[in-house]
Amino acid sequence: MSPALLEAEALTKHFPVRRGIFGRTGGLVRAVDSVSFTIDAGKTLGLVGESGCGKTTTSRMILNVEAPTSGEIRFDGTPLDRLDRDGLRRYRRAVQAVFQDPYASLDPRMRVGSIVGEPLIINERLPGPALRKRVLELLGLVGLPERAVELFPHEFSGGQRQRIAIARALALSPKLVVLDEPVSALDVSIRAQILNLLRDLQRRLGVAYLFIAHDLAAVAHMGHVIAVMYLGKIVELGAAADVALRPKHPYTQALFSAALPLDPGERREEIILRGEIPSPLDPPPGCRFHTRCPQVMERCSRDEPPLAPESGRLLACHLYPSPSK
Amino acid sequence: MSTPVIDVRDLRTHIVTRWGTIKAVDGVSFTVAEGETLGLVGESGSGKSMTCLSILRLVPRPAARILGGEVRLDGDDLLKKSAREMQRIRGKRVAMILQDPMSSLNPVFSIGMQVREPLASYHGLSGRALTSRAAELLASVGISSPAARLRAFPHQLSGGMRQRVVGAMAISAPPRLLIADEPTTSLDLTIQAQYLRLLKDLQERHRLAMIFVTHNLGIVAKMCDRVAVMYAGRIVETGRVETIFATPRHPYTRALLESVPRLGAQTEWLTAIEGQPPDLAALPPGCSFAPRCAHAMGRCRVEEPPEFTLGAGHASRCWLDAPA
Repeated sequence: MSPALLEAEALTKHFPVRRGIFGRTGGLVRAVDSVSFTIDAGKTLGLVGESGCGKTTTSRMILNVEAPTSGEIRFDGTPLDRLDRDGLRRYRRAVQAVFQDPYASLDPRMRVGSIVGEPLIINERLPGPALRKRVLELLGLVGLPERAVELFPHEFSGGQRQRIAIARALALSPKLVVLDEPVSALDVSIRAQILNLLRDLQRRLGVAYLFIAHDLAAVAHMGHVIAVMYLGKIVELGAAADVALRPKHPYTQALFSAALPLDPGERREEIILRGEIPSPLDPPPGCRFHTRCPQVMERCSRDEPPLAPESGRLLACHLYPSPSK
Repeated sequence: MSTPVIDVRDLRTHIVTRWGTIKAVDGVSFTVAEGETLGLVGESGSGKSMTCLSILRLVPRPAARILGGEVRLDGDDLLKKSAREMQRIRGKRVAMILQDPMSSLNPVFSIGMQVREPLASYHGLSGRALTSRAAELLASVGISSPAARLRAFPHQLSGGMRQRVVGAMAISAPPRLLIADEPTTSLDLTIQAQYLRLLKDLQERHRLAMIFVTHNLGIVAKMCDRVAVMYAGRIVETGRVETIFATPRHPYTRALLESVPRLGAQTEWLTAIEGQPPDLAALPPGCSFAPRCAHAMGRCRVEEPPEFTLGAGHASRCWLDAPA
C-alpha cells in the first residue's frame, strides 16, 4: 500500500494566554491536542465539530501558517519540519485553500483574471499568452464565462465568487485543497451547485480535500472519511457512511441527532445535550465530553479514553468495548 | 376555525435605491393562529425579514416604505396605528428575536437592567418584586443561577446564553405573536437543539403565535405547522408542513428540498438550482423564478402566475398548477 498523501501524527497546538502588562503566561488554550489522521490521494476527509473544537487550527497547521507545538505532519512521506526552503515552496503549491467567506477572501481591487493568475505568475512565471490560456481554462473548469477575466469580484454573486476562489486554489494543480466551510456563507439554492462542482473537480483532477464544516449532512455527503472533533480531540473517526448512519460516540450521536430532520414525519430519537461547550482554556479532566455526556460513567471524569479501534472505526469513549464482552 | 392572531393581507413594501425600486415584499398574505408556527422560508433577499419588519413597522426609512395591505393583529390593523401606539404594541403584543443576540442587547448595561426594563413598563413592577420576576424569567429560559446572571454584562455570556436572555425579554409581556428571525443561525449545533426546544416550550406555555424565519428546511420540518416559501418578494407556495415536504408543487420548493444533502441518502449528485438568485431591481417579466426553472414554459416568461389553490390550505403560484 502506498503511503497516504498527508499524515498528521499526534498533532498538538497550544496557545499561551498572556495576562497583564508583563506578559505572564496565564494558561494554555489547548486548541488541538494530539490529533492524528491521514488523507489519501484523491479522497476527502470531513472534519466536523462545533466552534472552538480546533478544526480551523488543525487546518492552519496543515496549511503551514501555524507551527504545531508538537507532533508531525508528513506529506508524501516527508515530515514538514524536515523540508528545506525549496521543499516548503513545493509543499505550499501542493496544498491550497478555499475559505468560508468569498467576500473577504478575494481582493476587491483585482480583476478576476489577476486573482486566478497570480499564483501562476508567482510560481510558474508563465509568459502572457500561456498564462491567459491557463486562466481561461481554470475559469472554464469552475463554470465561469471567459469574460469574467475582465471583471471585479463585486460584480459576482456569492456562489460565483466561491467559484473564483476555487479556480485560484486549483491554479497550481494542488494535490490537497483545504475547504474551510466552503458553502456556509452561500445561499441554500447555491450550495448544491458548489458541492457538486467540488465533487466533479475531485473526480476529474484527483485532488484530495480536507473538508471542514459544521453541516453534518454536507460532510457526510462529501467525505470519504469523517473525523469528529470535540474540544481539541478527535472523538470518532471512520468511514463516512458508518459514522453518519451509525454514530457510536455519544457526542457524535448528539450531533447527528441535532442535525435537523429533512422530513417532518421523520421522528428520530432526540438527544439534547445539557450545558455549554467548556472553555478549551480549562478542559474538563478525563474525557472532555463527560460534563455534557448523557451516558457518563464514574470513570469518565478520571481517565481519558484513548482513541482506539472499535467496530471498524476509531473511538475515544469508555462505553466501548461494551463491558458485556 | 379560530380567528388568527395575525392576519397579513396583500402586504407591499418597496425599497427605493439608486438602481431602481425593489419590491422587497410584493403582495404577501398569510395568517397565523394561536399556538401555531408558520415557517417563512427563502434565500437572502427573498423578502422574509422585510415582511417581519413590516409587521412591526420597523422598515429602514426613508428608503423602505410600506405601500399597502393590512396587518391585522387580533383584528386591529397595525398599519393604521400611530407611531406612539406602535411603540406600545412592539414588545408587548408582538416580540421579535433576531439572529444576532448582540443586536438586541446593549453591551454597556447589565442583563438585569435590560430584563427589568420591559417588565417595569408592561407590568408596572418595581423594587424587589421586579428583581425577583426578572430572575424568574431568566430561570424560565433555562439560565442557571439567574440572580447572579442579572448582574452580568452581555459580553460575559456565551452566544447561546445571550440568545436565551433575548428570548426571556421577548416573552416578558407575554406577547401574542413572536417573530423569530433566524434565531439559531449564530449558534452551534448542540446549542441550537437546546434553543429550538426552549422556543417550542415557551410557545406551548404561552400559546404564542409564532413566525419562524429561516433558510433551513430542517428547522421548518422540526418546528413549524405551516410553511410559506418566499421567492423574490412573493410567497410562491404555502401549505401544511407535511404536505409541502411530501408533495411540493412549486418547482422552486421542489428544487430547494432536493438540493439539500440528506443524512443517510447515498446520492452522488445533489440537484442543484441553476443560475443565481434574482436581481431584485431588475426582475424578469412573468414569473420571477422562470429563468432558473427547469419546467419553464413560454407563458412563464410573459405572464405572472396567480395563486392556485391545490387543496386545503395548499396553494402555489405556478402555471403548472393552473386548472386545465
